[in-house]
Amino acid sequence: MSIQYKTIAELRSMLDSKAISSKEIVEETYKLIDENNDLNAFITLNKEAAIAKSIEIENSPVKSALHGIPIAQKDLFCTKNLRTTCGSNILSNFIPPYSATVIENLENAGCISVGKTNMDEFAMGSSNETSFFGGVRNPWGQNLVPGGSSGGSASAVAAGLVPAATGTDTGGSIRQPASLCGITGLKPTYGRISRWGMIAFASSLDQAGPMARTAEDCAIMLNEMCSHDAKDTTSLSEDVPNFTKDLDSSIKGLKIGIVKEFDMSQLDTDVVSVFEESKKHYESLGAEFIEVSLPNISLSVPAYYVVAPAECSSNLSRFDGVKFGHRSKDPINLEELYIKTRSEGFGDEVKRRILIGSYVLSAGFYDAYYKKAQQVRRLIKNDFDSAFKKVDVIMSPTTRGAAFETGSKGSDPIQMYLEDLFTIPANLAGLPAMSLPNGMVNNKPIGLQLIGNFLDEKKILQVAHSFQKSTDWHLKTPKGTKLS
Amino acid sequence: MSWETVIGLEIHAQLSTKSKLFSGGSTGFGAEPNTHVDLIDMGLPGVLPVANKEAFLKAIRFGLATNAVINQTSTFDRKNYFYPDLPKGYQITQMALPIVGEGSIKIEVDGVEKIINITRAHLEEDAGKSIHDLFEGETGVDLNRAGTPLLEIVSEPEISNAKEAVAYFKAIRQLVTFLDICDGNMAQGSMRCDVNVSIKKEGEEKLGTRAEIKNINSFKFIERAINHEVERQIRIIESGGSVVQETRLYDSVKNETRSMRSKEEANDYRYFPCPDLLPVVITDEELNNIRSNLPELPEQKEKRYVTDNSLDIAEAKIIASSKTMANMFEEACLKTDDSKLVANWLVGDVSALLNKDGIDIDESKLTPNNFAKMVERISDDTISGKIAKSVLEEVWDSGNDVDEIIQNKGLVQIQDESLLEEIGQKIIDANPKQVEAFKNGKDRLFGFFVGQVMKETQGKASPKSVNEILRKLLS
Repeated sequence: MSIQYKTIAELRSMLDSKAISSKEIVEETYKLIDENNDLNAFITLNKEAAIAKSIEIENSPVKSALHGIPIAQKDLFCTKNLRTTCGSNILSNFIPPYSATVIENLENAGCISVGKTNMDEFAMGSSNETSFFGGVRNPWGQNLVPGGSSGGSASAVAAGLVPAATGTDTGGSIRQPASLCGITGLKPTYGRISRWGMIAFASSLDQAGPMARTAEDCAIMLNEMCSHDAKDTTSLSEDVPNFTKDLDSSIKGLKIGIVKEFDMSQLDTDVVSVFEESKKHYESLGAEFIEVSLPNISLSVPAYYVVAPAECSSNLSRFDGVKFGHRSKDPINLEELYIKTRSEGFGDEVKRRILIGSYVLSAGFYDAYYKKAQQVRRLIKNDFDSAFKKVDVIMSPTTRGAAFETGSKGSDPIQMYLEDLFTIPANLAGLPAMSLPNGMVNNKPIGLQLIGNFLDEKKILQVAHSFQKSTDWHLKTPKGTKLS
Repeated sequence: MSWETVIGLEIHAQLSTKSKLFSGGSTGFGAEPNTHVDLIDMGLPGVLPVANKEAFLKAIRFGLATNAVINQTSTFDRKNYFYPDLPKGYQITQMALPIVGEGSIKIEVDGVEKIINITRAHLEEDAGKSIHDLFEGETGVDLNRAGTPLLEIVSEPEISNAKEAVAYFKAIRQLVTFLDICDGNMAQGSMRCDVNVSIKKEGEEKLGTRAEIKNINSFKFIERAINHEVERQIRIIESGGSVVQETRLYDSVKNETRSMRSKEEANDYRYFPCPDLLPVVITDEELNNIRSNLPELPEQKEKRYVTDNSLDIAEAKIIASSKTMANMFEEACLKTDDSKLVANWLVGDVSALLNKDGIDIDESKLTPNNFAKMVERISDDTISGKIAKSVLEEVWDSGNDVDEIIQNKGLVQIQDESLLEEIGQKIIDANPKQVEAFKNGKDRLFGFFVGQVMKETQGKASPKSVNEILRKLLS
């Protein structure tokens, strides 16, 4: 029995009816991974331990909907005794002595971590081309990028190798690859999921989240991923709701905000017409559209490209060849140890961001750049606060277009940075946001973005679920439309 | 030409918390390298700091005791630089909003009091230690100390000479030990300081260019380093040169300072708010709680010793100068009503021994408990004051228990009156001339008889009993 393209919910009922065992699912998963090796979606597999766990939990009481379900983990989460590279040469030999809280939460819920997925180096990139372990292929086309940075996770889910994967989102790294690979991905409110054990890129923006085929599966994942964690002081202490409960609530009377300042003329006309169709569909479901203004939104990308590199330049200082990871051979002195280790260990994009970050924090420039960017961030947050007084969710396309070809944006970093135009504001404001498939452009999937109010993941999940109950975009696979 | 010296001190006091500033790692001293290190102290990828509240409570105690502004909301910043014993490549410190703001402390030099203003006192984590002499051609890193909480106390540049600098350091050390927030152990590096020194022409407003001397950990070295540095700067300027702003290192062996790095070579630390830590908020209730539980401070003790124990102010000052000395006094006073006697011992014999050895009371083998026991044995007449002197010397050298020394050496005072009478009679019989002279009015010969009896009993006779018996026998 093939399990390819199955959702968590589908595998759950198969397991519950004993139609299949967890061990069979896991073995089948490795077969699929093997057959789709050309995607390069995984950096490290966890086969032996995964099969052992599938046998071990077979007869233990079912702990959650994820019990016995295979999940792929982005290679940015520390996994005890399992190599964690963050897509970088500098950590190519790093085996963590501990696991991230998210990993522990998922594994305690009974899920089986099948391997670590490929990603842009240190999550810096929007095409997965910056990985030390090579690019990831989008299952929708031979030369298409999957987006990034959670490109391996998106590709693995889109190819139906696993029902779900973990991702992280600093400026769109869950939503943009979800859009480009035709899957559903959610970035929760900043602080919903503990950052303990997530290798930091930009600490004030980084947030883990689920990537799956449906909003329902994202909700199942979120139920287990979220927790207040005393080990992360930025982790929120608010109660974690049951995200799967009330998913079916009607959206009649829902107020959806459309951002006045998002310039649709910059987008592919096909993307615009897909977006307009989705609006019509929501209207048919009883939602109403209201224009909202986010006056400072145009400053999002510049502010982001000050704050994120600044934090990254400091966060990545610990990779110095002294304690763990790559160390350059035979340096003649300490300075050369640093220079050679870091020159060899980091790729170009990481180096570029460390340089930008060091510059904006340096004496005499701090006030003009970093401080100013943080003030902009506050203004953007205020803009959202006023918008959410009028609407329940805010809607936009996730990306400017569908998946692009490998190498097509490599030479111009600015073009790549603009990939995150629509996704960055939610990170700056710390708001929950998700992407769900809402159409096809030239036989390639694209996504719709829903931004929710602070802590209101439930609302965007309901809004997404109502769409998926009445459309079949999320059922499309590279091999045709799946029967639901 | 006359020169004025301007000095500012940055004192690092290691706070005596059980665990580190941002991790559960132990702060114990002297363990095997890299054994008091957890994931956070190693700066492993993905770890996050969690601020230790105990360190804040201790820092606040210091703030309250120096009448300082307490910032009930304080924040952490990152100071970025590369060094092998700095595991994360940045130090977490409080740059923008320190827990303790402006305060002041009183110092005294040669009987003259002066107020030194304190700019700020902030929390930060210590780095590890680089070990250069253990591995041929390689450097070892010990991270046991990494993450240990430090309170960095920054003075205004209001200190005018080396003596004042030492007095200031001593006053801060006295305060932090009384507050029980730092053990003050300079040999183990629990307290060390950086000294900023500049000179200017007498009466000039504008400050001269300063040099910073790093990492001094003894009173003696502070004084020497400053004096040396002042002479160096005067020499430079008087020969037509100018002082460069730089960091210098004091070499205690050669008694000189030498350049470590110039301003141009100095790091740009790229400070920015640490995104991993939320602002730490101290509630009014917490603050009031710390205020009402502040321990008695040196000045309060001095006053109490004068009013309640009838000491004179000079004695009270010496005794309140260190926490250990004050503990000795207070513990011993529980064993006797004669607090004047206790003070005499501390200000007299104990201080003399300290001076002789050139050490601090904390470095001596005399403990408050043992000292109190000795006083108790004097006041219950087990030993005489004279015997006590030899007991004290013995304790000083060996650290042995007072009762054990008395027992083992048979020093218990002779109280047996018939025995003393017998000895007294023997002395009288053997010295008929002196007896006659005494009876003819030479009163001061009485001391001669007492001395003879003491000599005969090797000092163990109770002087009180000897006096009474001799008076009787000679009348």
